[in-house]
Order: sequence, then C-alpha cells, then structure tokens
Amino acid sequence: MIDFEFEPQVINQTRMYHTVAERMMRPISREYDEREHEHPWDFWRAMWTASRNLGPAADSGKTEQAGDGAPKLRNLYTCLSTEELCWGDAGLYLSIPNPGLGGAAVSAAGTPEQKARFLKRFAEGEPKWGAMAITEPGCGSDSAAVTTTATRDGDHWAINGTKIFCTAGQMSAEKSEGFVVVWATVDRSAGRAGIKPFVVEHNTPGMTVARVENKLGIRASDTAMIVFDNCRVPADHLLGSAEVKPTGGFKDVMATFDATRPIVAAMAIGVGRAALDFVRDYLAEQKVPVRYGVSPRRLTAVERDFMEMEAHLKAARLLTWRAAWMLDMGMRNNLEASMAKAKAGRAVTLITQKAVELLGPVGYSRKVLLEKWMRDAKINDIFEGTQQINLMIIARRILDYSSKELN
Amino acid sequence: MVSFELSEEQRMIRDTVAAFATDEVRPAARAADESGAIPAELIAKSWDLGLVRGALPESAGGYGDARSAVTGALIFEELAFGDLAIAMHALAPRLIAYPVLEYGTEEQHTGILKKFATDQFAAGACAIVEPRFDFDPLAMETTAALDGASYVLNGAKCFVPLAAESETILVCAATDGGAGAGAFLVPRATPGLGIGERERNMGLKALATYEVKLENCRIDENARLGGAKGVNFTRLLAQHRVALAAMAVGVARAAYEYAKAYARERKAFGVPIATKQAIAFMLAEMAIEVDASRLLVWEAASRLDKGEDALKESYQARNYSAQAALAVADNAVQTLGGHGYIREHPVELFLRNARGFAAFEGLATV
Repeated sequence: MIDFEFEPQVINQTRMYHTVAERMMRPISREYDEREHEHPWDFWRAMWTASRNLGPAADSGKTEQAGDGAPKLRNLYTCLSTEELCWGDAGLYLSIPNPGLGGAAVSAAGTPEQKARFLKRFAEGEPKWGAMAITEPGCGSDSAAVTTTATRDGDHWAINGTKIFCTAGQMSAEKSEGFVVVWATVDRSAGRAGIKPFVVEHNTPGMTVARVENKLGIRASDTAMIVFDNCRVPADHLLGSAEVKPTGGFKDVMATFDATRPIVAAMAIGVGRAALDFVRDYLAEQKVPVRYGVSPRRLTAVERDFMEMEAHLKAARLLTWRAAWMLDMGMRNNLEASMAKAKAGRAVTLITQKAVELLGPVGYSRKVLLEKWMRDAKINDIFEGTQQINLMIIARRILDYSSKELN
Repeated sequence: MVSFELSEEQRMIRDTVAAFATDEVRPAARAADESGAIPAELIAKSWDLGLVRGALPESAGGYGDARSAVTGALIFEELAFGDLAIAMHALAPRLIAYPVLEYGTEEQHTGILKKFATDQFAAGACAIVEPRFDFDPLAMETTAALDGASYVLNGAKCFVPLAAESETILVCAATDGGAGAGAFLVPRATPGLGIGERERNMGLKALATYEVKLENCRIDENARLGGAKGVNFTRLLAQHRVALAAMAVGVARAAYEYAKAYARERKAFGVPIATKQAIAFMLAEMAIEVDASRLLVWEAASRLDKGEDALKESYQARNYSAQAALAVADNAVQTLGGHGYIREHPVELFLRNARGFAAFEGLATV
C-alpha cells in the first residue's frame, strides 16, 4: 500500500542526524569553506566515533531482512540521514571519514574475502577514508574510455595513468590508512570489458597526489588528482575476477551508481532544504506571508517563487525515496535512480540560485550561508553523472535504445 | 512503513480502467471534442465499471467498496489518460455522491445516495468556480445567508459540469458573512437558480459546463451538506484538488506517451528523431515530470486517506501537476512539430486540456 510515513524510530534517528548537522556542522561551515584544504579533525574524529553508534553515514547495500521478515529499508534510511547531514554542510558531509565510493566499489565488485580484508579497517583505529578513481583528464562522462593501464608483472599489477576528481583522494591515498580503488584497463582492445578495479593501499610507492583542486563549492571535501607511475599492487588487489569477459567488471561500477545516485540526490535535497528553510525563516521574520490554498492569481511573486521551490524540492525528494526504496526491495532502479538524480541536481541548483535572488543583498552576502549553499548545490548537477548523462540514461531506458542507438 | 507499491486490488482497478481508457475512451476522444457530445453508450459502459457506485454503501444499493483517495487518484489518472472531458463527465456523479457519503447527514444519505446507486448513469454537478480571474475558493463571493429555516443563496458560478441534466447541484458558498464556507444541495428546479447557455471553452469541448446564477435562491436549511455543522470545507477542497491533480498526471502521461511513440517512428535525416538528443532529452524530462507529479498526488491522497490535513499538499500537487501537464503537453506538440499542430493528432487536444488546470476547480473529486 502506498505510504509515505516513517516509523517513529526512523524519525528519531533522523532527528539525531539533524542535531549533528545543527550542532557539529553548521558552526564550522563557513570556516572550512573559507579555509579550503584545512582539515576539520575535531569534527572528523567525532564522526568517526559516532559512526560506531549511528552506522556509517554514507553507505549503500543490499536488502537486509529485519527480524520480522520485513525488508529493512537501508538505502531509504540512508537518504534521510544524508539529507540531514547535507542540510548541515554538504562539503563537510563528503569529507567524513568512511569507506566512501571506494568502499562501495569493493562492496559491488569484490569477493567476500576481499570485502572482509579491505573494509575491516573502517571498524577500528584512527579515522580512515576510501576513494574511487575513475575520471581522467581526457575522459569524464565517457568513463569507458579510461587510458590508465594495469599490466601484469609476476604476482603484481603495475598501474600507470592519471586520475582526477577523486573525492577524498588525498585523505585516502596519503593522509590515513585508507585506500583508493582505481579503474584501469588490462586489455585496451577489449573496451569496457577490459576495465578492472584495483585496490591501491595508502602510500603505495608510485601513487602520488599531484594536486588538490580549488573549487566553486563543497570546499571542505578534498578533490584530488592522483598520478600512478609504475604503481605496483599485489595480484589479489584486483577486485573480482581478472578474466576479461563481456559481463561483470565495468558493469559493476555502473551498478554502484544505481545505489549511489539516490544518495547523491538526497545530498542535493539537503542543500536545497537548507536554503529553503533559511528563506522561510527570513520571510517569516519580515512578516511576508506564504499563503497556501488561495488562488494562484492572488499570490505575490515571492509567494509563487517560494511555493514553486518547495514543490520542486518535494518532487525531487519523492523521486529519490522511490529510487532508494526500489533498491531496498531488490528491484532494478536504474531508470528511477537517474530520474531522482537528474531532478534533484537540477531542482536544487535552481532553488538555491532563486533563494539568493529572493533575499537580494542579504542572500548575496557571505555573512549568511545562502550563497555558499548555491555554490555547494551546483556540484549535484555535475558529479555522479551529469544532468545530461542521467537524461541520456533515462532516454535510453524509456525508448528502449542501446547506447549505440542513442548516444 | 514507506511503500511505493499499490495493493493488489488497486492494481486490478487501475488495470481495468487503463484498458477501458485505451480501448474505448481514447478512440472516441477526437470525435467527442469536435462534436461537443460524448456517446451515451460510452458513458454507460464506464458507469458499468462501478467507479462511482462502487464506494456507495450496500444499504443504499452500492457495492460497499472501501473508499480511498489513492485509489481515486489512480482511477482519475487512467481515465484522463484516455480523455479529460470524457473522464470528467463519467465521474461527475462523484461530485455529489462522495461529499454526501462523507459529510452528509443521515437524511441526506437516504435522500441522495440511492440516486447514484442505479444501473443507469445519473448526472451530478458541483458549483464552485466563480467567473472572475482571481477566484479563490476560500473567499467565495457567492453567499448563503440563514433566514429563518432556510438558506438564501446569491451569486454567480461557472464551469459547472452537467448542470442542465443534474437533478441536484452541490453549490459551494461563503457562510456566516464570509467567515465560513459550506456546500448546499440545491435541486435544479429551485426558483432563483438559473442555468445559462452551455459554455464554450478552449478545451474540454466534449464536457457540458454551464454558468449558474443564484438570485435569492431559497432552500431548506436541511439542504446544507452536513446539516447545521456543515462540512470540513478545506478537506472537500483538497479532495477536489487531488482528483484534478491526478487528472493532470493522466493528461501529461497521454501527451508524453504519444510523443514518445511518434518520435520512435518518425524519421528525419534517415533516423528516428528519438535517436537525436534534442528530442530524447525532452522526452526524458517529460518522463521525470510525469512521475514527479504522480508522487506528489499520491502523497496528498495518502494524507487524505489517513484523515490528515492535506490543504497544502493537495494545493502543491494541483499546482505542480497542472504546470507539469502544460509543459509536457507543450513538449509533445513540439516533438511532433507541424504534425502536432494539426488536429489529426491528439497532442493539440492534450495541450488545450492541460491549459485548463489553472482554471479548473470543483470538476472532480476523489
């Protein structure tokens, strides 16, 4: 039966995340936006400890059965916590020590033994990060065109190439006992089928963080360029099977996106809600009413704009919840995940831009966080599949076209 | 617990209505729009689906099905997917039957419900909209004043569907000198109630709608829906808006699916135009907006089913899906280009109908 109501314990848990966002993230939000590349260690340590109690903040996985046999909506609940934390600060959220996309790749492509071996570290010791390296200077959205190579050399693989835009790349590669999952081709003539994921441990000789990018927003999160120069990793660091075959391998990274896109959409929604809440409070303070129910022809321009922003944010949220819920139910959600991501990324980009416009000089000033949220929001229209890549995926699915037929 | 899954019964109802809309309603849509008349057999066939009678109690001759706004939304979307005007006509009896069922006094139940639990279609009508640009259902200019044991109604209404053939019209009016709002069961023959010429609108040409004038129209005080305590007017309004929003989703989906099928067939430069990003992306955005609108409708409907206040949610759903329907229908016409502009294809009809959602109120209820 159609239902949009969460259980009390889920609502309580969400409130807890909200408190974290409000008390631990908002107070340092501006600071780590202005002091790009500085490290909020106090916050990181607190989150590292808290994740033992709260469960990882950004995680994805398969359906889990609760005691009563009802499916536990783990992806859906992750959307809720993600929205709260990104309401706090999306950049700080992305910087939280956790397995990240590297961990997601291990979960999606690794053998049970590899999962245990590589992911164990996130339950113990000092804060650690995991990152995924796929984009290259010469290929972004066309991720199947990677030129980084992995060549077999005895019982090792030698990796050569340059990766960019690795979220938490520096923390994973150099500044913690984490790892980077790098996608490299073992056979260029095999195309996509030849692209394999390799776990490269922190500080492996031959892996260098060449640059940490300066960005428009989400500045608290490091975005690294990583160069692999004859970087040798043991043979058993190749996730899954080394065999080059048409299925598996690269397809697994795409499966990873089906799980992460709703979460990225939830991130966007958190930022959008932050802006919307701010505008709502400000309008209330200025005694500007927002009247629901009256004739649209009687509304002021401000009311119309605000209501439209609110409706679009909600539409994006419902699409996101649906995509996550489908994953939890074991349904294929490729189409719905892209719908959520495309809608949320676009909606929140426009909502935050409109929010700055509505508040005029107040919104444009760095005294308040609104302008920061506008800068932060834009990334959601770009990473984890740009707006256009997601539209492409949706179009192929609804039209039943292959990537050869529609490109 | 959160779920996006319909119940088995809901799926069955949806599939039945969907088949009827595709096989019977859509093929009749163009002729109905051109002639301004809907074949009586088509209305009779839709009546036989029990979409109105179903939820009426067995004691009144109905089937006693559970009434649900979510299920209602499914029915409205599917039937409007076939054709908006035909859907509004077929489901118009709900405009009286369902508010009476939910808010009516026992006397009103006895008097009214059995009239809709018949084997033959029984027209029903609701008069909410007033002929002015900034009409606001929460600030109506039509008034109902208590005078002894009767109410005296004054004002003007428009967009009243099937007014000329409905035995009773549910007239909404401001009460208590504008402080409240109520709904009144006014027999069509009541002196002071005047039904004007059939209206001529941009879309909905197959649906007979009328202006209704109320000049010192005096009715018994017992004709107030819900008796002296009246109705929860914002809930009634929310029920109307959810139905309209669901219909907007149906129209949007009709336009989207037609454009999608066309784009796969139509070739330009030697290939189907759907293989061009300019068209494919437009279709992808249409698909997103159809789904987004539907989820907003379901959320508002689900609140109604739980008995929660849904004024804001239904308003959101209505406005969002109205805008989305217009944009999607416009994109559908654009996808067909010149072929979309001629009346051979239905997309221009979808566009004319979609534009109406900004003006409609009180044309449907879950």
